[in-house]
Amino acid sequence: MSTDTIQNTDTAFTENGISYPSKVMLDLKDLKKVYPTPKGDYVVLENLNLQIMREEFVTIIGHSGCGKTTMLSMIAGLNPISGGNISVLGNPVKGPGPDRGVIFQAPSLMPWMTALENVSLGVNQVFPHATKKERLDIAKYYLHKVGMDGSFNKKANELSQGMQQRVGIARAFAIKPKVLLLDEPFGMLDSLTRGELQDILIEIWNKEKITAVMITHDVDEAIFLADKVVMMTSGPRAKIGDVLSIDFERPRTRKSVLEHDDYYKYRKHLIDFLEH
Amino acid sequence: MKQSVTLNKVTQLIGMGFFKNIANLFTGKLEKDEVKSILRKTLVPIASILLFIGLWHAGAKALYNKEAEFKIAKALEDQGQAEADALKVCIASGDSSCQPNTLPSPIQVWGSFKSLLKDHNIISADKAAFKEKTAAMNAKRIEQGKDPITYTGRPSFVDQIVRSLKTVFAGFLLALLIAVPLGIFIGLSPTLKSAFNWFIQIFKPVSPVVWYLLVFMIVKTILIDSSEDSSFTISFISVGLCSMWATLVNTAMGVASVDKDYINVAKVLKLGTFQKVFKVILPSSLPLIFTGLKITLSVAWMVLIAIELLAQSPGLGLFVWEEFQNGANDSNAKIIVAMFVIGIIGFLLDRIMLAIQNSVSFVKTDAI
Ligand SMILES: Nc1ncnc2c1ncn2[C@@H]1O[C@H](COP(=O)(O)OP(=O)(O)O)[C@@H](O)[C@H]1O
Ligand SMILES: [Mg+2]
Repeated sequence: MSTDTIQNTDTAFTENGISYPSKVMLDLKDLKKVYPTPKGDYVVLENLNLQIMREEFVTIIGHSGCGKTTMLSMIAGLNPISGGNISVLGNPVKGPGPDRGVIFQAPSLMPWMTALENVSLGVNQVFPHATKKERLDIAKYYLHKVGMDGSFNKKANELSQGMQQRVGIARAFAIKPKVLLLDEPFGMLDSLTRGELQDILIEIWNKEKITAVMITHDVDEAIFLADKVVMMTSGPRAKIGDVLSIDFERPRTRKSVLEHDDYYKYRKHLIDFLEH
Repeated sequence: MKQSVTLNKVTQLIGMGFFKNIANLFTGKLEKDEVKSILRKTLVPIASILLFIGLWHAGAKALYNKEAEFKIAKALEDQGQAEADALKVCIASGDSSCQPNTLPSPIQVWGSFKSLLKDHNIISADKAAFKEKTAAMNAKRIEQGKDPITYTGRPSFVDQIVRSLKTVFAGFLLALLIAVPLGIFIGLSPTLKSAFNWFIQIFKPVSPVVWYLLVFMIVKTILIDSSEDSSFTISFISVGLCSMWATLVNTAMGVASVDKDYINVAKVLKLGTFQKVFKVILPSSLPLIFTGLKITLSVAWMVLIAIELLAQSPGLGLFVWEEFQNGANDSNAKIIVAMFVIGIIGFLLDRIMLAIQNSVSFVKTDAI
């Protein structure tokens, strides 16, 4: 079992005399978040340090209310930082932007738009110089990838929750973000649909290899999807408690993961952390 | 099959689902529950209308008798037995010169309705004849650069309805053009909100009469050197100002309360202001904007009567007022006719709004 704390703090690395850009995609340094409340300031996060490498899939678990959403929305730039800093490829986060795609817990599609329009909204915004046809093709490609052929022109509010979240995944990938942030995206789905969507997500991710940070409360989901599982301590003043590397080969199947010798070791590690 | 689908759509769009049931009644596709629901949705309203007419008839009769007895008793006291007997005979004969003047019965109202329509036909014919007679002369006058001669006769009841509809439509449009954009700005900007809040709170409860007076003061002076009749302008502006508040408040509320997730999506995509407003904020606040517009239209129609009366604008409001002043034998019945016409038109306007709302908004709203 490997529970390494990440040590790479270089912004760039050198190999065979050639200098490569940094392997660090996301760098959270001494991050702090304070919510002012009527009863005084509430310090949700303090001294939170985390580095996430390029092309890494990281899942985050921690008790409800510990500050996972807070951390993710700060990375997205949707929630102001109270202290420390967050950088993406060395550039400090100043606000939201399409380099960091977000999939929210609720699918949050625009209900008055069709599936295709929802995906196109982002594509048109991010690729303004592509031709109309190219943009449409991108949107259609990703809808196809999430298995939405035949429902392009359905209004979002006519789709089931699972279908809506598929479109949400297509929308997020279609803008080709550097980092994909997911906040319990499958939390509201039944377990069957959840499994389907995990497969879809990991299949697209295998292809696109973008850095992904996903919050989940499902330990099995965390192991199945991740290269690393990040465990957060309980709040207030939550920080990173432990990081567990999942060394299964990719591409993975649910079956191969469940049958792997290390699976229950990983699982026990996570559950011990959560129960301690 | 296709036809019945569109029929269903139309009836649902205007919130009159019971038409569908009637259609099914004839096509014979019925379940036991459906029969029950048809009974509830068609027979019950019909029964309640009949009951209403029955009660109205009985009430009108009781009032009639009370007033007749009072008149006869008074005649007896003031003028003696002979006069009282004569009055009794007169009332019983149905002579219009001595009828008690009270709540008219349903039959009288129906009679008045028919006579108003007849009157309209006569006036229309008159107008057509006038047009024909003056056609040649008007063509010449226009050639000479003079104004054509127009018909200046009395407007018919239908003309007055049309005039009222025009006024309410113009007023509604004015309200929409002011309240929706203003509401969007107020909803978007907390600064504007605090700037306008006191303004809205103070002016919202002001009565139609006061709005009319205010508009009158201003428009009268602006149009002081125009010989045109300003009553239409004054009444539609008053109607608009009076009715726009619901739309203003609802639009601002809708815009301010757009789901945070949608706003976050817009932020992540870095949508520009224009895109954000037209692709996200407006569509998402349409249901509330329409709620406001529906209230605005019904308020506009309601205050219209009072404002037309004050402005002497020849619509339904003035019609009611003139009939009341007139005090002729069938005046009361005509007022009741106007009341029904006003009510039914108000109902239809509401249904039209509902249909428009359901065709443009993503949330389907049922009629109450
Ligand atoms: N806007 C806010 N104002 C005040 N307190 C907040 C706000 N958002 C979240 N919190 C509090 O911060 C803590 C962490 O919230 P959150 O990040 O949503 O937790 P998690 O996603 O891990 O369940 C919770 O105790 C929550 O009540
Ligand atoms: Mg959360």
